[in-house]
Amino acid sequence: MEIPRHWRLKQQRYALVGEVCPHCEGKIFPPRDVCPHCSGEAKTPYAFSGRGEVYSYTRISDGPAGFEESAPYTIALVKLEEGPLVTAQLTDLGGQPVDIGMPVEMVTRRIRSDGDERGMIVYGYKFRPVMAAQA
Amino acid sequence: MNSEVVIAGVGQVPVGEHYHLSLRSLAAKAMLAAIHEAGDIRPQAVFAGNMLAGTLSRQSNLGALLTDNINLRGVEGTTVEAAGASGAAALRLGYLAIASGYIDSALVVGVDKYTDSVGADVDAALAQTLDSDYELMAGLTPVAQAALVMRRYMHTYNVAHEAFAPVAVNGHARAANNPNAMFRKAITVEQYRSAEDQVSPLNLYDIAPYGDGAAAVLLIHSDKLEKKPDHPLVRITGSSVVTDTLALHDRQEMLAWYAAAFSIERACRQAGIMPQDVDFFEYDDACSIYAALSVEAAGFARRGTGCEFIAAGSLPVATMGGQKGRGNSLGGSGVYQAVEATLQLRGQAGKNQVPGAKRALIHNLGGAAATAISHVLEL
Ligand SMILES: [Zn+2]
Repeated sequence: MEIPRHWRLKQQRYALVGEVCPHCEGKIFPPRDVCPHCSGEAKTPYAFSGRGEVYSYTRISDGPAGFEESAPYTIALVKLEEGPLVTAQLTDLGGQPVDIGMPVEMVTRRIRSDGDERGMIVYGYKFRPVMAAQA
Repeated sequence: MNSEVVIAGVGQVPVGEHYHLSLRSLAAKAMLAAIHEAGDIRPQAVFAGNMLAGTLSRQSNLGALLTDNINLRGVEGTTVEAAGASGAAALRLGYLAIASGYIDSALVVGVDKYTDSVGADVDAALAQTLDSDYELMAGLTPVAQAALVMRRYMHTYNVAHEAFAPVAVNGHARAANNPNAMFRKAITVEQYRSAEDQVSPLNLYDIAPYGDGAAAVLLIHSDKLEKKPDHPLVRITGSSVVTDTLALHDRQEMLAWYAAAFSIERACRQAGIMPQDVDFFEYDDACSIYAALSVEAAGFARRGTGCEFIAAGSLPVATMGGQKGRGNSLGGSGVYQAVEATLQLRGQAGKNQVPGAKRALIHNLGGAAATAISHVLEL
Protein backbone atom coordinates (compact mmCIF):
# COMPACT_ATOMS: atom_id res chain seq x y z
CA MET A 1 0.00 0.00 0.00
CA GLU A 2 1.42 3.33 -1.04
CA ILE A 3 -1.46 5.71 -0.25
CA PRO A 4 0.63 8.87 0.31
CA ARG A 5 2.39 8.39 -3.01
CA HIS A 6 -0.84 7.91 -4.95
CA TRP A 7 -2.35 10.96 -3.23
CA ARG A 8 0.69 13.09 -4.03
CA LEU A 9 0.53 12.22 -7.74
CA LYS A 10 -3.21 12.69 -8.26
CA GLN A 11 -2.96 16.01 -10.13
CA GLN A 12 -0.63 14.45 -12.65
CA ARG A 13 -2.58 11.21 -12.93
CA TYR A 14 -6.09 12.67 -13.24
CA ALA A 15 -5.47 15.93 -15.04
CA LEU A 16 -2.06 15.64 -16.70
CA VAL A 17 -0.81 18.64 -14.75
CA GLY A 18 2.82 19.40 -15.48
CA GLU A 19 4.62 22.71 -15.45
CA VAL A 20 5.40 25.66 -17.64
CA CYS A 21 8.81 27.16 -17.05
CA PRO A 22 8.54 30.83 -15.92
CA HIS A 23 11.95 31.52 -17.47
CA CYS A 24 11.86 29.93 -20.93
CA GLU A 25 8.17 28.93 -21.24
CA GLY A 26 9.13 25.30 -21.86
CA LYS A 27 6.28 22.89 -21.18
CA ILE A 28 7.29 20.13 -18.80
CA PHE A 29 5.68 16.75 -18.13
CA PRO A 30 6.17 14.90 -15.86
CA PRO A 31 6.93 17.81 -13.53
CA ARG A 32 10.56 18.30 -12.54
CA ASP A 33 12.30 20.43 -9.95
CA VAL A 34 14.53 22.11 -12.49
CA CYS A 35 13.62 23.00 -16.09
CA PRO A 36 15.38 20.60 -18.52
CA HIS A 37 15.62 23.37 -21.13
CA CYS A 38 17.10 26.32 -19.21
CA SER A 39 17.98 24.91 -15.74
CA GLY A 40 15.76 27.50 -14.05
CA GLU A 41 13.55 26.47 -11.16
CA ALA A 42 10.27 25.09 -12.49
CA LYS A 43 7.10 25.27 -10.40
CA THR A 44 4.25 26.93 -12.31
CA PRO A 45 1.50 24.32 -12.87
CA TYR A 46 0.30 23.78 -16.41
CA ALA A 47 -2.49 21.46 -17.52
CA PHE A 48 -1.70 19.67 -20.76
CA SER A 49 -4.38 19.28 -23.42
CA GLY A 50 -4.10 15.51 -23.41
CA ARG A 51 -3.82 15.36 -27.19
CA GLY A 52 -0.86 13.77 -28.89
CA GLU A 53 0.32 10.97 -31.12
CA VAL A 54 1.95 7.57 -30.68
CA TYR A 55 5.75 7.84 -30.78
CA SER A 56 6.44 4.16 -30.08
CA TYR A 57 4.54 1.24 -28.59
CA THR A 58 4.68 -2.39 -27.53
CA ARG A 59 2.42 -5.02 -26.04
CA ILE A 60 2.88 -6.67 -22.65
CA SER A 61 1.31 -10.08 -22.17
CA ASP A 62 2.47 -10.73 -18.57
CA GLY A 63 2.22 -7.67 -16.39
CA PRO A 64 4.33 -7.09 -13.28
CA ALA A 65 2.67 -7.23 -9.84
CA GLY A 66 -0.19 -4.71 -9.76
CA PHE A 67 -0.81 -5.05 -13.50
CA GLU A 68 -1.57 -8.76 -13.85
CA GLU A 69 -5.30 -8.10 -14.25
CA SER A 70 -4.72 -5.49 -16.96
CA ALA A 71 -2.56 -7.81 -19.08
CA PRO A 72 -2.36 -8.10 -21.99
CA TYR A 73 -2.05 -4.36 -22.58
CA THR A 74 -0.48 -1.98 -25.08
CA ILE A 75 1.93 0.57 -23.68
CA ALA A 76 3.21 3.55 -25.60
CA LEU A 77 5.31 6.64 -25.61
CA VAL A 78 2.88 9.39 -26.52
CA LYS A 79 4.20 12.67 -27.91
CA LEU A 80 1.96 15.37 -26.47
CA GLU A 81 1.09 18.24 -28.81
CA GLU A 82 2.84 20.62 -26.39
CA GLY A 83 6.10 18.69 -26.86
CA PRO A 84 6.90 16.25 -24.04
CA LEU A 85 6.72 12.48 -24.30
CA VAL A 86 4.73 10.51 -21.74
CA THR A 87 4.66 6.78 -21.00
CA ALA A 88 1.11 5.44 -20.83
CA GLN A 89 -1.13 2.55 -21.72
CA LEU A 90 -3.37 2.73 -24.77
CA THR A 91 -7.02 1.85 -24.25
CA ASP A 92 -10.30 1.52 -26.16
CA LEU A 93 -8.41 0.14 -29.15
CA GLY A 94 -11.19 -2.27 -30.03
CA GLY A 95 -8.95 -4.40 -32.19
CA GLN A 96 -7.66 -1.39 -34.11
CA PRO A 97 -4.00 -1.78 -35.08
CA VAL A 98 -1.63 0.70 -33.42
CA ASP A 99 0.93 2.58 -35.44
CA ILE A 100 3.54 5.26 -34.93
CA GLY A 101 1.91 8.64 -35.58
CA MET A 102 -1.59 7.52 -34.61
CA PRO A 103 -3.47 10.45 -32.98
CA VAL A 104 -4.54 9.77 -29.38
CA GLU A 105 -6.19 11.61 -26.51
CA MET A 106 -6.04 11.21 -22.75
CA VAL A 107 -8.74 9.49 -20.73
CA THR A 108 -8.84 8.55 -17.04
CA ARG A 109 -8.96 4.84 -16.34
CA ARG A 110 -8.09 2.30 -13.71
CA ILE A 111 -4.33 1.79 -14.02
CA ARG A 112 -3.44 -0.70 -11.34
CA SER A 113 -4.63 -2.51 -8.25
CA ASP A 114 -2.41 -2.74 -5.21
CA GLY A 115 -2.98 -6.37 -4.49
CA ASP A 116 -4.05 -6.95 -0.92
CA GLU A 117 -7.33 -7.58 0.85
CA ARG A 118 -8.09 -3.86 1.01
CA GLY A 119 -7.72 -3.83 -2.78
CA MET A 120 -6.72 -0.24 -3.44
CA ILE A 121 -7.42 0.70 -7.05
CA VAL A 122 -5.39 3.44 -8.66
CA TYR A 123 -6.80 5.60 -11.45
CA GLY A 124 -4.80 7.66 -13.90
CA TYR A 125 -4.21 8.65 -17.49
CA LYS A 126 -4.36 6.33 -20.47
CA PHE A 127 -4.68 7.34 -24.11
CA ARG A 128 -7.28 6.25 -26.66
CA PRO A 129 -7.40 6.66 -30.43
CA VAL A 130 -8.97 9.89 -31.68
CA MET A 131 -11.83 8.92 -33.97
CA ALA A 132 -11.43 10.09 -37.56
CA ALA A 133 -14.68 12.11 -37.35
CA GLN A 134 -13.47 13.99 -34.29
CA ALA A 135 -9.95 14.52 -35.50
CA MET B 1 47.84 9.43 -14.44
CA ASN B 2 50.65 7.25 -13.16
CA SER B 3 48.75 5.09 -10.72
CA GLU B 4 48.48 1.57 -12.05
CA VAL B 5 45.45 -0.31 -10.84
CA VAL B 6 45.71 -3.94 -11.89
CA ILE B 7 43.43 -6.96 -11.81
CA ALA B 8 45.39 -9.61 -9.93
CA GLY B 9 42.69 -12.26 -9.61
CA VAL B 10 39.27 -13.15 -11.02
CA GLY B 11 36.45 -15.48 -10.02
CA GLN B 12 33.03 -16.36 -11.44
CA VAL B 13 30.26 -18.90 -11.10
CA PRO B 14 28.22 -20.11 -14.09
CA VAL B 15 25.13 -17.95 -14.56
CA GLY B 16 22.00 -20.03 -14.07
CA GLU B 17 19.44 -21.30 -11.60
CA HIS B 18 21.32 -21.97 -8.37
CA TYR B 19 18.43 -22.92 -6.11
CA HIS B 20 20.76 -24.63 -3.63
CA LEU B 21 22.98 -21.57 -3.20
CA SER B 22 22.08 -18.51 -1.14
CA LEU B 23 23.02 -14.98 -2.13
CA ARG B 24 25.97 -15.00 0.24
CA SER B 25 27.25 -18.41 -0.84
CA LEU B 26 27.00 -17.52 -4.49
CA ALA B 27 29.02 -14.35 -3.87
CA ALA B 28 31.52 -16.23 -1.69
CA LYS B 29 32.41 -18.64 -4.50
CA ALA B 30 33.41 -15.79 -6.80
CA MET B 31 35.06 -13.73 -4.05
CA LEU B 32 37.19 -16.57 -2.72
CA ALA B 33 38.22 -17.60 -6.23
CA ALA B 34 39.41 -14.08 -7.02
CA ILE B 35 41.30 -13.75 -3.74
CA HIS B 36 42.93 -17.12 -4.22
CA GLU B 37 43.90 -16.50 -7.83
CA ALA B 38 45.54 -13.23 -6.82
CA GLY B 39 47.81 -15.12 -4.41
CA ASP B 40 45.64 -14.97 -1.27
CA ILE B 41 45.68 -11.20 -0.94
CA ARG B 42 43.48 -9.92 1.89
CA PRO B 43 41.67 -6.92 0.33
CA GLN B 44 41.40 -3.66 2.26
CA ALA B 45 37.87 -3.03 0.97
CA VAL B 46 34.94 -4.86 -0.61
CA PHE B 47 32.64 -3.15 -3.12
CA ALA B 48 29.52 -5.23 -3.76
CA GLY B 49 27.59 -4.42 -6.93
CA ASN B 50 24.00 -5.50 -6.51
CA MET B 51 20.71 -4.48 -8.03
CA LEU B 52 17.86 -6.32 -6.36
CA ALA B 53 18.84 -8.19 -3.17
CA GLY B 54 16.78 -5.71 -1.12
CA THR B 55 13.65 -6.84 -2.94
CA LEU B 56 14.24 -10.34 -4.33
CA SER B 57 16.22 -11.69 -1.36
CA ARG B 58 14.92 -9.22 1.26
CA GLN B 59 18.53 -8.47 2.08
CA SER B 60 20.28 -5.13 2.34
CA ASN B 61 23.78 -4.17 3.48
CA LEU B 62 25.68 -6.70 1.41
CA GLY B 63 28.83 -4.73 2.18
CA ALA B 64 28.71 -6.17 5.68
CA LEU B 65 27.10 -9.54 4.92
CA LEU B 66 29.34 -10.68 2.07
CA THR B 67 32.46 -9.44 3.81
CA ASP B 68 31.61 -11.11 7.11
CA ASN B 69 30.56 -14.33 5.38
CA ILE B 70 34.09 -14.96 4.12
CA ASN B 71 35.75 -13.86 7.37
CA LEU B 72 36.91 -10.50 6.17
CA ARG B 73 35.39 -8.98 9.30
CA GLY B 74 36.70 -5.49 9.99
CA VAL B 75 37.34 -4.78 6.32
CA GLU B 76 35.63 -1.80 4.65
CA GLY B 77 32.51 -2.95 2.78
CA THR B 78 29.69 -1.15 0.94
CA THR B 79 26.98 -1.97 -1.59
CA VAL B 80 26.83 -0.15 -4.93
CA GLU B 81 23.65 0.12 -6.99
CA ALA B 82 23.16 1.45 -10.52
CA ALA B 83 20.48 -0.90 -11.89
CA GLY B 84 21.97 -3.24 -14.52
CA ALA B 85 25.27 -1.36 -14.26
CA SER B 86 25.69 -2.06 -10.53
CA GLY B 87 28.62 -4.40 -11.18
CA ALA B 88 30.52 -1.88 -13.29
CA ALA B 89 29.71 0.82 -10.74
CA ALA B 90 31.35 -1.30 -8.04
CA LEU B 91 34.37 -1.77 -10.32
CA ARG B 92 34.54 1.99 -10.80
CA LEU B 93 34.54 2.61 -7.03
CA GLY B 94 37.19 -0.04 -6.45
CA TYR B 95 39.30 1.55 -9.16
CA LEU B 96 38.84 5.08 -7.76
CA ALA B 97 39.65 4.01 -4.21
CA ILE B 98 42.98 2.50 -5.26
CA ALA B 99 43.85 5.16 -7.86
CA SER B 100 43.27 7.83 -5.21
CA GLY B 101 45.94 6.26 -3.03
CA TYR B 102 43.67 5.85 -0.02
CA ILE B 103 43.72 2.06 -0.19
CA ASP B 104 46.01 -0.47 -1.84
CA SER B 105 43.63 -3.28 -2.70
CA ALA B 106 39.92 -3.93 -3.18
CA LEU B 107 37.70 -6.89 -3.92
CA VAL B 108 34.91 -6.03 -6.34
CA VAL B 109 32.01 -8.48 -6.50
CA GLY B 110 28.84 -8.31 -8.60
CA VAL B 111 26.03 -10.57 -7.47
CA ASP B 112 22.28 -11.09 -7.77
CA LYS B 113 19.97 -13.96 -6.78
CA TYR B 114 17.31 -13.76 -9.45
CA THR B 115 15.66 -17.05 -8.46
CA ASP B 116 15.01 -16.11 -4.82
CA SER B 117 11.52 -14.92 -5.80
CA VAL B 118 9.10 -16.00 -8.53
CA GLY B 119 6.34 -14.63 -10.75
CA ALA B 120 4.87 -11.15 -11.07
CA ASP B 121 6.76 -9.96 -7.99
CA VAL B 122 10.06 -10.52 -9.82
CA ASP B 123 8.83 -8.49 -12.79
CA ALA B 124 7.77 -5.73 -10.41
CA ALA B 125 11.19 -5.80 -8.74
CA LEU B 126 12.97 -5.49 -12.11
CA ALA B 127 10.67 -2.59 -12.97
CA GLN B 128 11.86 -0.73 -9.85
CA THR B 129 14.84 0.40 -11.88
CA LEU B 130 12.52 2.49 -14.10
CA ASP B 131 11.05 5.85 -13.07
CA SER B 132 8.70 4.49 -10.45
CA ASP B 133 6.18 7.38 -10.50
CA TYR B 134 5.90 7.76 -14.27
CA GLU B 135 7.03 4.56 -15.99
CA LEU B 136 6.44 1.71 -13.58
CA MET B 137 3.04 3.20 -12.67
CA ALA B 138 1.98 2.96 -16.31
CA GLY B 139 2.82 -0.75 -16.29
CA LEU B 140 6.16 -0.47 -18.09
CA THR B 141 8.89 -3.10 -17.62
CA PRO B 142 12.60 -2.87 -18.56
CA VAL B 143 12.12 -5.25 -21.48
CA ALA B 144 9.10 -3.27 -22.72
CA GLN B 145 11.21 -0.14 -22.46
CA ALA B 146 13.76 -1.75 -24.77
CA ALA B 147 10.91 -2.68 -27.12
CA LEU B 148 9.85 0.99 -27.28
CA VAL B 149 13.41 1.97 -28.20
CA MET B 150 13.71 -0.83 -30.77
CA ARG B 151 10.39 -0.02 -32.47
CA ARG B 152 11.40 3.62 -32.79
CA TYR B 153 14.86 2.62 -34.07
CA MET B 154 13.40 0.31 -36.73
CA HIS B 155 10.94 3.05 -37.77
CA THR B 156 13.54 5.84 -37.88
CA TYR B 157 16.27 3.98 -39.75
CA ASN B 158 14.04 1.60 -41.69
CA VAL B 159 15.76 -1.46 -40.19
CA ALA B 160 14.06 -4.87 -40.35
CA HIS B 161 13.79 -7.06 -37.25
CA GLU B 162 15.93 -9.73 -38.88
CA ALA B 163 18.88 -7.32 -38.94
CA PHE B 164 19.32 -7.90 -35.18
CA ALA B 165 19.99 -11.62 -35.61
CA PRO B 166 23.81 -11.29 -35.39
CA VAL B 167 23.59 -10.16 -31.74
CA ALA B 168 21.93 -13.40 -30.68
CA VAL B 169 23.82 -15.62 -33.12
CA ASN B 170 27.21 -14.28 -31.97
CA GLY B 171 26.20 -14.44 -28.30
CA HIS B 172 25.06 -18.05 -28.44
CA ALA B 173 28.00 -19.20 -30.57
CA ARG B 174 30.43 -17.68 -28.06
CA ALA B 175 28.48 -18.99 -25.08
CA ALA B 176 28.78 -22.52 -26.43
CA ASN B 177 32.51 -22.27 -25.67
CA ASN B 178 32.12 -20.59 -22.27
CA PRO B 179 31.86 -23.00 -19.31
CA ASN B 180 30.29 -20.19 -17.22
CA ALA B 181 27.51 -19.46 -19.71
CA MET B 182 23.85 -20.14 -19.06
CA PHE B 183 23.03 -21.43 -22.56
CA ARG B 184 25.89 -23.30 -24.20
CA LYS B 185 24.23 -23.87 -27.52
CA ALA B 186 24.69 -22.10 -30.83
CA ILE B 187 21.62 -20.87 -32.72
CA THR B 188 21.02 -20.18 -36.40
CA VAL B 189 19.64 -17.11 -38.12
CA GLU B 190 16.63 -19.23 -39.04
CA GLN B 191 15.99 -20.04 -35.37
CA TYR B 192 16.20 -16.34 -34.58
CA ARG B 193 13.82 -15.47 -37.40
CA SER B 194 11.20 -17.99 -36.34
CA ALA B 195 11.43 -17.41 -32.57
CA GLU B 196 8.33 -16.57 -30.61
CA ASP B 197 7.42 -12.88 -30.27
CA GLN B 198 7.73 -11.77 -26.65
CA VAL B 199 7.41 -8.04 -26.20
CA SER B 200 7.08 -6.97 -29.80
CA PRO B 201 9.26 -6.20 -31.70
CA LEU B 202 11.50 -8.15 -29.29
CA ASN B 203 11.38 -11.91 -29.72
CA LEU B 204 12.71 -14.62 -27.43
CA TYR B 205 16.27 -14.24 -28.78
CA ASP B 206 16.35 -10.47 -28.46
CA ILE B 207 16.14 -10.69 -24.66
CA ALA B 208 19.04 -11.91 -22.53
CA PRO B 209 17.88 -14.57 -20.05
CA TYR B 210 17.98 -13.60 -16.38
CA GLY B 211 19.85 -15.87 -13.98
CA ASP B 212 21.68 -16.08 -10.66
CA GLY B 213 25.30 -15.12 -10.86
CA ALA B 214 28.36 -13.78 -9.08
CA ALA B 215 31.67 -12.58 -10.44
CA ALA B 216 34.61 -10.94 -8.67
CA VAL B 217 37.90 -9.24 -9.43
CA LEU B 218 40.68 -8.46 -7.00
CA LEU B 219 42.19 -5.04 -7.70
CA ILE B 220 45.52 -3.90 -6.33
CA HIS B 221 47.98 -1.09 -6.90
CA SER B 222 50.82 -2.58 -8.92
CA ASP B 223 53.44 -1.13 -6.52
CA LYS B 224 51.81 -2.93 -3.59
CA LEU B 225 51.87 -6.40 -5.09
CA GLU B 226 54.31 -8.44 -3.01
CA LYS B 227 54.29 -11.59 -5.08
CA LYS B 228 53.48 -11.53 -8.77
CA PRO B 229 50.88 -14.17 -9.68
CA ASP B 230 51.57 -16.76 -12.41
CA HIS B 231 49.26 -15.06 -14.88
CA PRO B 232 49.79 -11.67 -16.59
CA LEU B 233 48.37 -8.63 -14.78
CA VAL B 234 45.66 -6.67 -16.54
CA ARG B 235 45.70 -2.90 -16.05
CA ILE B 236 42.64 -0.65 -15.82
CA THR B 237 43.65 2.36 -17.93
CA GLY B 238 40.30 4.07 -18.41
CA SER B 239 37.15 4.35 -16.34
CA SER B 240 34.04 6.49 -16.73
CA VAL B 241 30.46 6.69 -15.48
CA VAL B 242 27.94 8.93 -17.22
CA THR B 243 24.21 9.32 -16.49
CA ASP B 244 21.27 10.37 -18.64
CA THR B 245 17.58 10.87 -17.82
CA LEU B 246 16.26 7.90 -15.86
CA ALA B 247 12.94 7.91 -17.71
CA LEU B 248 13.03 7.15 -21.41
CA HIS B 249 10.29 9.74 -22.09
CA ASP B 250 12.54 12.51 -20.73
CA ARG B 251 15.30 11.96 -23.33
CA GLN B 252 16.00 14.86 -25.69
CA GLU B 253 17.00 12.41 -28.41
CA MET B 254 16.12 8.82 -27.65
CA LEU B 255 18.33 7.06 -30.18
CA ALA B 256 21.45 9.15 -29.49
CA TRP B 257 22.53 6.96 -26.53
CA TYR B 258 24.38 9.99 -25.12
CA ALA B 259 25.49 8.52 -21.80
CA ALA B 260 26.97 5.52 -23.59
CA ALA B 261 28.78 7.72 -26.12
CA PHE B 262 30.23 10.05 -23.50
CA SER B 263 31.33 7.30 -21.13
CA ILE B 264 33.12 5.43 -23.93
CA GLU B 265 34.74 8.65 -25.13
CA ARG B 266 35.93 9.61 -21.64
CA ALA B 267 37.26 6.16 -20.72
CA CYS B 268 39.17 5.97 -24.00
CA ARG B 269 40.51 9.50 -23.66
CA GLN B 270 41.84 8.64 -20.20
CA ALA B 271 43.54 5.58 -21.66
CA GLY B 272 44.96 7.72 -24.46
CA ILE B 273 43.29 5.69 -27.20
CA MET B 274 40.45 5.85 -29.69
CA PRO B 275 37.67 3.24 -29.42
CA GLN B 276 38.95 1.87 -32.77
CA ASP B 277 42.23 0.95 -31.03
CA VAL B 278 40.68 -1.85 -28.94
CA ASP B 279 40.95 -5.51 -29.89
CA PHE B 280 37.46 -6.41 -28.72
CA PHE B 281 34.34 -4.80 -27.27
CA GLU B 282 32.20 -6.25 -24.49
CA TYR B 283 28.90 -4.45 -25.05
CA ASP B 284 25.75 -4.63 -22.96
CA ASP B 285 23.19 -6.75 -24.81
CA ALA B 286 20.49 -7.08 -22.15
CA CYS B 287 18.28 -6.60 -25.23
CA SER B 288 19.65 -6.79 -28.77
CA ILE B 289 18.75 -3.18 -29.59
CA TYR B 290 21.12 -2.01 -26.84
CA ALA B 291 24.04 -3.79 -28.51
CA ALA B 292 23.33 -2.01 -31.79
CA LEU B 293 23.01 1.38 -30.11
CA SER B 294 26.20 0.79 -28.10
CA VAL B 295 28.39 0.07 -31.14
CA GLU B 296 26.97 3.24 -32.69
CA ALA B 297 27.68 5.19 -29.48
CA ALA B 298 31.29 3.98 -29.60
CA GLY B 299 31.59 5.33 -33.12
CA PHE B 300 32.21 1.90 -34.63
CA ALA B 301 29.17 2.34 -36.87
CA ARG B 302 27.03 5.22 -38.12
CA ARG B 303 23.59 5.62 -36.59
CA GLY B 304 21.19 3.00 -37.82
CA THR B 305 23.96 0.65 -38.96
CA GLY B 306 25.00 -0.98 -35.68
CA CYS B 307 23.58 -4.36 -36.67
CA GLU B 308 25.49 -4.32 -39.97
CA PHE B 309 28.70 -3.65 -38.06
CA ILE B 310 28.09 -6.55 -35.69
CA ALA B 311 27.21 -8.81 -38.63
CA ALA B 312 30.43 -7.89 -40.45
CA GLY B 313 32.45 -9.29 -37.54
CA SER B 314 35.47 -7.02 -38.05
CA LEU B 315 35.64 -6.35 -34.30
CA PRO B 316 35.03 -9.24 -31.88
CA VAL B 317 32.09 -8.40 -29.57
CA ALA B 318 30.59 -10.14 -26.53
CA THR B 319 33.47 -12.58 -26.80
CA MET B 320 32.29 -14.98 -24.08
CA GLY B 321 28.63 -14.80 -25.10
CA GLY B 322 27.55 -11.46 -23.65
CA GLN B 323 24.43 -11.32 -21.55
CA LYS B 324 22.53 -13.03 -24.35
CA GLY B 325 24.56 -16.22 -24.10
CA ARG B 326 26.28 -16.05 -20.72
CA GLY B 327 23.09 -14.85 -19.04
CA ASN B 328 21.99 -11.60 -17.41
CA SER B 329 22.82 -11.76 -13.72
CA LEU B 330 21.68 -8.16 -13.12
CA GLY B 331 24.18 -6.60 -10.69
CA GLY B 332 26.69 -9.28 -11.65
CA SER B 333 26.91 -8.42 -15.35
CA GLY B 334 29.46 -5.62 -15.23
CA VAL B 335 31.90 -7.71 -13.21
CA TYR B 336 31.45 -10.72 -15.52
CA GLN B 337 32.55 -8.42 -18.34
CA ALA B 338 35.71 -7.51 -16.40
CA VAL B 339 36.43 -11.17 -15.64
CA GLU B 340 35.89 -12.23 -19.27
CA ALA B 341 38.01 -9.40 -20.67
CA THR B 342 40.77 -10.28 -18.22
CA LEU B 343 40.73 -13.91 -19.38
CA GLN B 344 40.93 -12.73 -23.00
CA LEU B 345 43.88 -10.44 -22.32
CA ARG B 346 45.70 -13.18 -20.42
CA GLY B 347 45.16 -15.59 -23.31
CA GLN B 348 42.92 -17.84 -21.20
CA ALA B 349 39.69 -17.60 -23.19
CA GLY B 350 39.89 -21.07 -24.74
CA LYS B 351 38.03 -21.48 -28.03
CA ASN B 352 36.76 -17.90 -27.72
CA GLN B 353 40.27 -16.49 -27.59
CA VAL B 354 40.74 -13.27 -29.59
CA PRO B 355 44.23 -13.87 -31.00
CA GLY B 356 46.80 -11.43 -29.66
CA ALA B 357 44.28 -9.35 -27.72
CA LYS B 358 46.04 -6.55 -25.84
CA ARG B 359 43.27 -4.03 -25.17
CA ALA B 360 39.58 -4.28 -24.30
CA LEU B 361 36.65 -1.91 -23.97
CA ILE B 362 33.91 -3.08 -21.62
CA HIS B 363 30.60 -1.26 -21.39
CA ASN B 364 27.75 -1.86 -18.94
CA LEU B 365 24.33 -0.16 -18.92
CA GLY B 366 21.87 0.67 -16.16
CA GLY B 367 18.39 0.81 -17.67
CA ALA B 368 18.12 2.15 -21.22
CA ALA B 369 21.57 3.76 -20.85
CA ALA B 370 20.33 5.92 -17.98
CA THR B 371 23.70 4.95 -16.54
CA ALA B 372 26.57 3.99 -18.83
CA ILE B 373 29.87 2.74 -17.47
CA SER B 374 32.96 2.07 -19.56
CA HIS B 375 36.36 0.67 -18.69
CA VAL B 376 39.47 0.16 -20.79
CA LEU B 377 41.55 -2.87 -19.79
CA GLU B 378 45.05 -3.48 -21.12
CA LEU B 379 47.85 -5.96 -20.76
ZN1 LIG C 1 13.11 26.75 -18.65
